[in-house]
Amino acid sequence: MGKAMLEVKNLKTKYVTRFHEDVYSVDGVSLVIEEGRSLGVAGESGCGKSTLALSMMGYYFPPLHYMSGDILIDGNNISGLAPDTVRKTILGSEIAYIPQAAMNALNPTAKIIRFVEDVIHAHDPKKTKAEIREMAEERFAILGLPKMVLDKHAVELSGGMKQRTVIAISTILSPKVLIADEPSSALDVTSQKIVIKLMRELMEKGYIRSMMFITHELPLLYNVTDDIAVMYAGQLVEVGTAKEMVFDPIHPYSHGLMGSILVPEEGTRGTNLTAIPGTPPNLKRPPAGCRFAERCKYAKPECFFAAPPEKKFEGHRMYRCIFGVDELRDIYKKEAEQQ
Amino acid sequence: MSEKARKDYTKGPSCLKGIGLTRSFGIGDKKMFAVDHVDFDFHEGEFVSIVGESGSGKTTLSKMLLGLLNPTEGEILFQNKPRDISSHAKKREYWKSMQAIFQDPFASYNVFHKIDSVLLDCINMRGGQNLSKQEKFDMMTEACSFVNLKFAELTNKYPFELSGGQMQRLMIARIFLLKPKILLADEPTSMVDACSRATILDMLLQLRDEVGMTIIFITHDIGLAYYISDTVYIMEHGKFVEYGKADEVILNPKAAYTKRLISDVPKIHEEWDLSTVELTSEL
Repeated sequence: MGKAMLEVKNLKTKYVTRFHEDVYSVDGVSLVIEEGRSLGVAGESGCGKSTLALSMMGYYFPPLHYMSGDILIDGNNISGLAPDTVRKTILGSEIAYIPQAAMNALNPTAKIIRFVEDVIHAHDPKKTKAEIREMAEERFAILGLPKMVLDKHAVELSGGMKQRTVIAISTILSPKVLIADEPSSALDVTSQKIVIKLMRELMEKGYIRSMMFITHELPLLYNVTDDIAVMYAGQLVEVGTAKEMVFDPIHPYSHGLMGSILVPEEGTRGTNLTAIPGTPPNLKRPPAGCRFAERCKYAKPECFFAAPPEKKFEGHRMYRCIFGVDELRDIYKKEAEQQ
Repeated sequence: MSEKARKDYTKGPSCLKGIGLTRSFGIGDKKMFAVDHVDFDFHEGEFVSIVGESGSGKTTLSKMLLGLLNPTEGEILFQNKPRDISSHAKKREYWKSMQAIFQDPFASYNVFHKIDSVLLDCINMRGGQNLSKQEKFDMMTEACSFVNLKFAELTNKYPFELSGGQMQRLMIARIFLLKPKILLADEPTSMVDACSRATILDMLLQLRDEVGMTIIFITHDIGLAYYISDTVYIMEHGKFVEYGKADEVILNPKAAYTKRLISDVPKIHEEWDLSTVELTSEL
């Protein structure tokens, strides 16, 4: 077992709306990412994936508020720090974040080198421009980005190139953790492949030491990350390695999610897709029992009253359901036979 | 549904045919062909997918099929007769048999109109102006229950009160009321997540089986196209580089572009080959 690079313990954050209502968007999430490993987070829109990413940086600004829990990066707790301290000492050097529309973050009036200077000056104001240029050129060359990109404006680059440039800039200080929030969902399949290759390269060469990858595209997660966590209504409902999660999902929600994968491979045509009826619960008033109970076809009456605890099994896997592992496997097996 | 239960729709009578259809933009040196002399033949009840990357001309083609954009060259045959949409009245008539669902359900509604009026418009378009209130109500309830929505919960609401998935399903309820001959679906599932996607696809297939509608499905997701369609057309730079039955095109691609497109999609059972990717590329 490797050293834990990022450890989140029972993190709770909320949004406060302008009518002063609380929305419990991340509600008790615990996870560990070890050195050299990557974790994928999957779930439907509105389940709190992006909020989890924002919360994990420890950089809170309204309407997002911190409630409780710890965030440890390489053993240092960052959860209680002031926003300004976090921006100057943590963001970029310890933890880096790539938002979904990262390529739109580039100011069209400035050259790319300016953004690199900005990032480095926030942490080390004494560095000269020549030093920064040398550093950037070296890193860009290793990552296969042409040197001349540095002297271009953002509008001169294609979408895929912009995204890769942003990734290169945000990891220039070699952060310990990289959080990528749908970095490739605005790109076509070919550019997507190049972006993924770039992120693999970063991992292999040791410029980032662990990664969290957020997307709703499951085939992509399966190919990119080592582990997958499934999130539902602000909580993680199941965690396991990518292979286990795709071929042997335990929680009824992840089972449904994995049943809706579409890939252009023989045998997928004409099979039944699993559709999960209903909508996720309102997080202003989270249900008392299991959050998935309302949409779960196996739900028992007690599911609606008692919230299921996180249960460990097979050493490293976790799930959140009142049914036993073998019980659920039996149900899925019978269902598959019936079809 | 199993593969056997699927009827072969690819041999039915022709519903929509294009001969040398072309649309160009600009003049002189800057002239470029968004759709470049394409021929196609969609049959009644056929589920056709048009797959291509961004910028391949999918949307221009769909606009021409809908009659929103005039072709520069070539013609469209609707039920083996040249399509006539020269006047607005004729266009309205054409739209009774040709309807569309678009990518963004949030942009598909008039924000000032209640949901009732969206559905009532459809009934009126089908010539139901003289029906009694109760009959109209029954029709709307039936359409909503087809897409697993409850009309009683939706009545008197405005579109912004619904979620994206509900809005997209309501669009399908509209199609259920209108029962057009052809439905053009332009990436209807790209803005909803995986679970709702399955529901929407099932509804489209059900519509096809019940009404015998031709569905033209425009997408960039090749896995989705393979799962759902009878026939697949692959589009690159305004041309169809390959077309045929879904099994043949996806499992035995002939064109280099199709091969690349399929190899670039992450898969579950096969290894996703990243070694061929060159990091150094054009700007």
